[in-house]
Amino acid sequence: MTDATLHSPQRSVGDIQTHYMALTRQKRMYSGIAIAVFVLLMVSGFYVADARNAGGFWDGWHQILDFPAGVLSEAWEKRANLPGLMVKYLPALIETLNIAAVATLIGVIFGLGLSLMSTRGLAKWPFLIPVFRRISDILRAIPEIVIALVLIFMMGGGPVPAMVAIALHTAGAMGKLYSEVNENADLKPVEGLASVGANWMQRMMLGVIPQVAPNYLSYALLRLEINIRASAILGFVGAGGIGYELRNSMTWGQGRFDEAAAIFILLFITIVVVDQVSSHFRNRLIGTGGH
Amino acid sequence: MTDATASLPITSLKDEADRLFARKRLRTFGIPGVILAYLVYVFFAFDVPGLADRMRLDNAATLVSDSYSYKTQVTRDNRSGDITVAKEGERKGAYPEGMTPDWVEMTDGGAVVDLPDGHRVLFGPDNSAVYIHPSFGEITAQVSRTDGVTLSLPEADLPDWISYSKARLDIRTEAGRLTMTRSKTEVFRYFFGWELFWFTLDSTYHNTSVFQIVFGPQLDETRSNITGAVQDFWNNAMWRHKDVVWALGETVLMAFLGTMGAAMIALPLAFIAAKNFTPLRLARQVVRRFFDFVRGVDALIWTIILSRAFGPGPLTGALAILITDSGSFGKLFSEALENVDNKQIEGVASTGAKPLQRYRFGVIPQIMPVLLSQILYFLESNTRSATIIGAITGGGIGLMITQAIQTQKDWEEVSYYIVLVVLMVIAMDWISGWLRGKLIGRKD
Repeated sequence: MTDATLHSPQRSVGDIQTHYMALTRQKRMYSGIAIAVFVLLMVSGFYVADARNAGGFWDGWHQILDFPAGVLSEAWEKRANLPGLMVKYLPALIETLNIAAVATLIGVIFGLGLSLMSTRGLAKWPFLIPVFRRISDILRAIPEIVIALVLIFMMGGGPVPAMVAIALHTAGAMGKLYSEVNENADLKPVEGLASVGANWMQRMMLGVIPQVAPNYLSYALLRLEINIRASAILGFVGAGGIGYELRNSMTWGQGRFDEAAAIFILLFITIVVVDQVSSHFRNRLIGTGGH
Repeated sequence: MTDATASLPITSLKDEADRLFARKRLRTFGIPGVILAYLVYVFFAFDVPGLADRMRLDNAATLVSDSYSYKTQVTRDNRSGDITVAKEGERKGAYPEGMTPDWVEMTDGGAVVDLPDGHRVLFGPDNSAVYIHPSFGEITAQVSRTDGVTLSLPEADLPDWISYSKARLDIRTEAGRLTMTRSKTEVFRYFFGWELFWFTLDSTYHNTSVFQIVFGPQLDETRSNITGAVQDFWNNAMWRHKDVVWALGETVLMAFLGTMGAAMIALPLAFIAAKNFTPLRLARQVVRRFFDFVRGVDALIWTIILSRAFGPGPLTGALAILITDSGSFGKLFSEALENVDNKQIEGVASTGAKPLQRYRFGVIPQIMPVLLSQILYFLESNTRSATIIGAITGGGIGLMITQAIQTQKDWEEVSYYIVLVVLMVIAMDWISGWLRGKLIGRKD
């Protein structure tokens, strides 16, 4: 082997350099093409989106601040009302939070079941793993708004349709995330429990859950953040809560912008507070108990 | 000595263990108890017991039956006597003059409508109609301007599938339905499937098979069969395939523009927000608070603000995604930047590279895998968000779904759109997974 390298001195530096430069040029050309395609997609995409929009980008961009300015100036004029309005909309905010919390709770429980059923090595019926995986894929793929609107048609407005819609979506998302966590779980405790005659439920409760609980909780908290946003959005299409109040005050337009501002503030504070609290707890969970 | 000292720790150890068990017992029973109490509270706060009253089971039944079947209506205008046949009772689905389905036979001044299982309806002269029920007998009804609807039955008692008053007669059987009011008489016949999915009735290619279109004789003099068929399918007025494809494209476009734009804005800002690249604390704090702010305001509020400026459409949705996600990306990217290895940057710097070159060759290659996988993950999840944002701003498939739901009768279109959205999201999931595998290598 040393012979071969020694016997070809003429193939050394110059050849290697040209070869290397050729490779580099080729690589540069490929990344250049990729970047060109990307830029082309972005630019043409922008023009298509702009053409299909009701108002154009170039006409609209300097008006972006008009609406927030209108809301803010009216809210400032009536700033004495704001604390009262915020108290007035507190029940609606609590409803939104309740929708998110219950949906997260129920979704996590169902997602847990789905994930255990679709993890190799843990599933109760291994031959049904693909079925449960497809179930969580489909639950994840249907946007909440669709389920919520269909349910509103069937059961009238209110928090329950939104809750069910978010819970279904959460179940699908958690089914996938949790099954990824489960795959990293150590199977030895499960085998140990099986050897002393534990049934499937006991094996899962005592052998798997204690291992993965910190990760589960951390994902559930992250989901809670996402679900609060989703629950506000669903309120906007008629499912109750703070989103519904926001739409009412928005459609009223000028004159009730102080109410809109109060709701904006409530929503903003809630999201930021929940974000901070959940990221604090998530850091603690992963820091102490994570693998 | 051993006796005296050992007895004390044993009792105290036992106490400690007892306390531990008690605490553990409290937790194992306490946490489910709290959850249960919360669920009970929500059960009443959401008024779940009252849900049964508000539940509209007839709506649910319409929804389910409409999503897999359709009805064809035979309508007689009781003033003019004109008889029309239309699928779903819509103008777009009306049979052209002189064309009827084979179960409707036009007679002089009337029509014979065959329903399944031997049921039959005869439209007679003077605004009369006879419903022939194979087991019950003939039900004759007539409308006149003075007396309203008059009814004669073979039996004295009105069966529960007929509802009758002077203003309106409604006969519902498993074979179909007949309604009669002063203004019109209508017969409904139900069919399995989605009506006119491929071609509308006015198209030359309605009721032709694929084989006939591809290999058969030319049906339209002006166009070849395949072009004509594609054109008629594309411009189908009932299902609007053209608009649906555009709407799906708009939705993906919103997600693409929003995600990529957000990543391009967030990357340079993330350098300012990262501790190891910006020693200036004030600049870091400003950028970080900016990220928190755009994330905290939430896509819903950005959507509302932007749609005031730009009006409804895909651009508004794309910008809303862009603004919200530049906050999320900024946070994620700056965390990734704080974890980079300094040795590589020093190595690049030792060759005399300027700051920009140091970032390009020392930093970017390190964070590229994190960046790409996050961007692709967001691209996929934003496809779903774009559906929802589209429903609020009015663009893309989200708008079409909400419109179809709000009309409350085109449930077959709703189920069609839902299937398309699910396929779109699954396709994006697959594409982003494939790209991730190509660009940064598979995890397993």
